[in-house]
Amino acid sequence: MAKDALMDYDKALELFEPVLGFEVHVELNTKTKMFSAAPNEFGSAPNTNVSPVCLGLPGSLPVVNEQAVRYAISLGLALGCSIAPSSRFARKNYFYPDLAKNYQISQYDEPIAFDGSVDVEMPDGRIVPISIERAHMEEDAGKLTHVGGSTGRIQGAEYSLVDYNRAGVPLVEIVTNIIYGAEADAPELAKAYVATIRDIVTSLGISDAKMERGNLRCDANISLRPRTAEGEPPAPLGTRTETKNVNSLRSVERAIRYEIQRQAAILADGGTITQETRHWHEDTGRTSAGRPKSDADDYRYFPEPDLLPVEPSLELIEELRSALPEPPAARRRRLKAEWGFTDLEFQDVVNGGLLVEITETVAAGASPAAARKWWTGEISRIANVQGAEASALVSPQNVAALAALVDAGTLTDKLARQVLEGVIAGEGTPQDVVDARGLAVVSDDGALIAAIDDALASQPDVLAKIRDGKVQAAGAVIGAVMKAMKGQADAARVRELVLERAQS
Amino acid sequence: MTDIIRMTAADLSTHLQSGEISAVDATQAHLDRIEAVDTDVHAFLAVSSDALDTARRIDERRAAGEKLGPLAGIPLAVKDVLVTTDMPSTSGSKILEGYMSPFDATVVRLSREAGLIPIGKTNMDEFAMGSSTEHSAYGPTRNPWDLDRIPGGSGGGSAAAVAAFEAPLALGSDTGGSIRQPAHVTGTVGVKPTYGAVSRYGAIALASSLDQVGPVTRTVLDAGLLHDVIAQHDPHDSTSLTDTWPSMAEAARSGARGDGLAGLKVGVVRELSGDGFQAGVQSRFEETVALLTAQGAEVIEVSAPHFEYAVAAYYLILPAEASSNLAKFDSVRFGMRVQPDGGGTVEQVMAATREAGFGPEVKRRIILGTYALSAGYYDAYYGSAQKVRTLIQRDFTAAFEQVDVLVTPSAPTTAFKFGEKLADPMAMYLNDITTIPANLAGIPGISVPIGLAPEDGLPVGIQVMAPQREDARLYRVGAAIEALLEQQWGHTLISKAPALGGK
Repeated sequence: MAKDALMDYDKALELFEPVLGFEVHVELNTKTKMFSAAPNEFGSAPNTNVSPVCLGLPGSLPVVNEQAVRYAISLGLALGCSIAPSSRFARKNYFYPDLAKNYQISQYDEPIAFDGSVDVEMPDGRIVPISIERAHMEEDAGKLTHVGGSTGRIQGAEYSLVDYNRAGVPLVEIVTNIIYGAEADAPELAKAYVATIRDIVTSLGISDAKMERGNLRCDANISLRPRTAEGEPPAPLGTRTETKNVNSLRSVERAIRYEIQRQAAILADGGTITQETRHWHEDTGRTSAGRPKSDADDYRYFPEPDLLPVEPSLELIEELRSALPEPPAARRRRLKAEWGFTDLEFQDVVNGGLLVEITETVAAGASPAAARKWWTGEISRIANVQGAEASALVSPQNVAALAALVDAGTLTDKLARQVLEGVIAGEGTPQDVVDARGLAVVSDDGALIAAIDDALASQPDVLAKIRDGKVQAAGAVIGAVMKAMKGQADAARVRELVLERAQS
Repeated sequence: MTDIIRMTAADLSTHLQSGEISAVDATQAHLDRIEAVDTDVHAFLAVSSDALDTARRIDERRAAGEKLGPLAGIPLAVKDVLVTTDMPSTSGSKILEGYMSPFDATVVRLSREAGLIPIGKTNMDEFAMGSSTEHSAYGPTRNPWDLDRIPGGSGGGSAAAVAAFEAPLALGSDTGGSIRQPAHVTGTVGVKPTYGAVSRYGAIALASSLDQVGPVTRTVLDAGLLHDVIAQHDPHDSTSLTDTWPSMAEAARSGARGDGLAGLKVGVVRELSGDGFQAGVQSRFEETVALLTAQGAEVIEVSAPHFEYAVAAYYLILPAEASSNLAKFDSVRFGMRVQPDGGGTVEQVMAATREAGFGPEVKRRIILGTYALSAGYYDAYYGSAQKVRTLIQRDFTAAFEQVDVLVTPSAPTTAFKFGEKLADPMAMYLNDITTIPANLAGIPGISVPIGLAPEDGLPVGIQVMAPQREDARLYRVGAAIEALLEQQWGHTLISKAPALGGK
């Protein structure tokens, strides 16, 4: 893959205005699929969660999942959308082996929800309203695994395997209107927008919202237009690219930044942007060209004749509206007060996209301060190193258990960090790691005293100094004892005992 | 006692219930008949090897005193468009040769539950595209009245099986006339129910908004008995109606007694008779209308000005939906797979399979439909066709404000000879001019035999249409016509069909 030329980010922003648009796909966590009774479950053996409908067998017919419709309406309402009294499914026709019927049932010109707006909180606390064009229901496709190629991609593969477990999983696609004015904050806004959608669907309980599993997927559209002198009309919109495969909040931000720099370099060089999908590569931090996409793509949409229009009653819509959880912004204000975090501490949590994790960790019994310390500290650090999402590394329950072990004095902070590494490495719960690695603090004074007496005996000069009242000299002995105990001792207790033994 | 195979389902039912005939006897008699005549007729693509076992179990249940439905123990021929777990389901196409479905079509399940015995799968034009069964990938079915002629289509196999006494009852599917036109040319009865009255689950889709499954029989009462079994709400089909239906068999019995003809307002559609209709078809039709008048019916000529666009609209909507419905036949999950020389990408395998697996008529319609749905053409073709559809529905609504039922000849001509219209698709398409409007409007229609055309001695049918959900009205009027004519003739029409080989 040839390396793209990139323009310096600040320079790119001087020359061009970034124009954004997002399509976020949310997989709903209904028990069954969008149009059949096959289970909607992640991680099952390939082609086990299937029915004649999701395999597109001859004679099979789709039936709309009522729960999915309720979820879609709730999501539409949470996005401030109007709910259509009548919306319709259509067929999007194209041949692809992961699409069992070779058409996708999706809503086209009559979506269930339209004309909404959602408030997005930026890292500096500013609120940016994002205008929502529509939210519509559709079915997911199956999953292809390309075998025999070097990269797992279709190029060079000998054959491909299809898993239809995901085929027919209910999706809601949320489409924004064109977003102007994000300027240099475009990457941060993109990340904050996706985090907001994630918070909304999580608080509604309608999706597992795990980006690394593809429960939440963001296609980021971006184009640049040259800046014009003041008083002149704005330049026409530039050609856009659509970046796919963006599987974490961090990637959303990086991918947007990358595309701005890449497109700016091409445009400044007199080149033109190809209208295409771009694939984000987490490992290299770059995008590569996917399939060319033009507005003339012909999916031969027509109304799905196997399904009736979706016509929710006003009563249902009002019932769902009254059951909506508090909006994320209000929730954030409440949580900040409940947890007693400072502005700075709370911003850290929001920017890290860790609200849900901390809420769940506190619910599992940890103090807000301990939950915040672990998530924004060590866990985020490891996530950064691994290029992973913090939430994917460890469960809130395990973080709470870790905090409890520290509170109980079983672990020091330093030991707890080792235990966390073990948990992340898949060695089990914190208690499992403590047991298996023998990491608990040695609280048996007898063992400590023996080690201290040894250390004092081998360093008589130090002993003399302590006896002379030079208490700071004890540090050398404490260090030796901690070393002998392999760190599994409470340093404060060791210090106490050293001073005691030195005087005896 | 009449020969078992020549009995109506209603008579056979009486004998089965009285114990004079067992289900095994009935099944064996029809299997023997198939053995004797189907080499000539070729109504069946598959014959069940389980039928006798199934019949034996019905007899055991009856012997044990179980209360069985009226059709328990009666053999049933099933159009190959309906998927079955015990016999292959090919829809008349090579691309599905040998395909075994993991589930039964809802109508097949309901039939089994009612104790009917599926004895075989009947031939049809490939994916139900045609009016002659000449487009079957497995060779045509022959008309029992004249083996050189077509049995109609697409459900020529079901109609011929019933006309040749290979089965007393059959299931068909009607997208633009595929039940009614074969009934017309084989001297049998065929009913297309109200759209949504019968589940489409397990009917291999041709055009989803037009397809409807229905009965194919030798008498109106038999059709009513089968209709009562299959017209049930089905949660697997979103377009299935939740109505509670009156008994169609009762409606037929009441009609046969002559109830209700006096004062019945019968509309003759001006646009669907006269010019373009074979003389003998037209004359039999007019005689029947006169007979109704004589019985006190009030005959009114009504106009349906938009019917002239029906065939054109139909041949945009049908191919459009079919092009999408048939996309799933791609070799990836089931059915035929053709590997191009030297391997090939999945796209090349799909293309090679569809090239080899689909016949020319199927390809013609996929191309037509793909074109009609394409960006830039959608409004002019598919969009306009849907508007015509609305206008035709309005024509029906206006007509039914004046009359109770509408009548037309069931088709413009009697059975034509093999090859006669094969080279001219338009001529073939126009054979459905009388039946297509009912599908576009979702209303029910029945075809009842009304005699033989004098010029060729071949059967002619009358089509009766009623407003949506008024299927019972068809049975009342259809049975009345049937009873009046049989009274006049002193015999049934089907009894005049050639004996064929065998008995």
